[in-house]
Amino acid sequence: MYLIVNGKKYDNLEDDITMRELLDHLKLPAKKIAIERNREIVSKSTYDSVRLNDGDIIEIIHFIGGG
Amino acid sequence: MKSSIKSNDTLKVGSYEFNSRLIIGTGKYTNYKQNSDALNASGAEMVTVAVRRVNVSDPNKPMLVDYINPKKTVYLPNTAGCFTGEDAVRTLRLAKEAGGWNLVKLEVLSDPKHLYPDMEETLRSAELLIKDGFEVMVYCSDDPVFAKKLEDMGCVAIMPLGAPIGSGLGIQNKVNIRLIVEQSNVPVIVDAGVGTASDAAIAMELGCDGVLMNTAIANAKDPIKMALAMKHAVIAGRQAYLAGRMPTKKYADPSSPLAGLI
Repeated sequence: MYLIVNGKKYDNLEDDITMRELLDHLKLPAKKIAIERNREIVSKSTYDSVRLNDGDIIEIIHFIGGG
Repeated sequence: MKSSIKSNDTLKVGSYEFNSRLIIGTGKYTNYKQNSDALNASGAEMVTVAVRRVNVSDPNKPMLVDYINPKKTVYLPNTAGCFTGEDAVRTLRLAKEAGGWNLVKLEVLSDPKHLYPDMEETLRSAELLIKDGFEVMVYCSDDPVFAKKLEDMGCVAIMPLGAPIGSGLGIQNKVNIRLIVEQSNVPVIVDAGVGTASDAAIAMELGCDGVLMNTAIANAKDPIKMALAMKHAVIAGRQAYLAGRMPTKKYADPSSPLAGLI
């Protein structure tokens, strides 16, 4: 399946992977980020259970310097 | 923060309490290390931060949280880059999920040339955020009428600009800042426009409850030294305000008595 992550297309991902598996795949630390899936916030406590669907639009954010 | 209260003259914003009346930004520094050193020198207990996409292609890129511990320093997520209330709510909900606090900085900007707040959209956004349960510190124009509206709506701090963001021009309209200070029952924090230590002191002498600055420290030749200067300026200005300055006079008034001259 494919996903759009932060505006970029990710092809050839295994079907039905969980949010946790996506983070592991991207090597991102769950502690330091927050995630939106199709404009809905995905709570950190559900990363292991949330299964992603083909074409999901994922936004992964963190804090950066700002005024 | 609450755990380390030492003096009675604390800054209370919403449900938070701080010893330091200085809030600093985390943008424009050479690197996060320098930012962290400046933070330590400034004594600030709260930093503004922006919410942005993670660089997915480079997961090992340094992250702000590795340098400034959000457990020790309050992160104040901002809405820079948001132009509508809906964008602001979306951004700050994500910030909360990422570990941010309920306290947020609302800024809805307009023209990049002056970065003045779009007050119409700021008012609308503030309402949406307050309904969503956020404690809103609001960047606004130095207009006492808008400031009052924002306070009545339930914003926990009014943050008028002293001068355009990043300009370093200092407090341009002391009359308005003073009017806002006099009418407000929530903290008034000058946000934007401070260029050097005396600007921060002036804001505090006007009776402001705090000062928020980014570029004045980050773009100083020596940001760490300037952070220390700002710490002292804010304390000096606050103390001068509490002390109550002498009245100004038109002519000289000798300090040494004239009586008993030889």
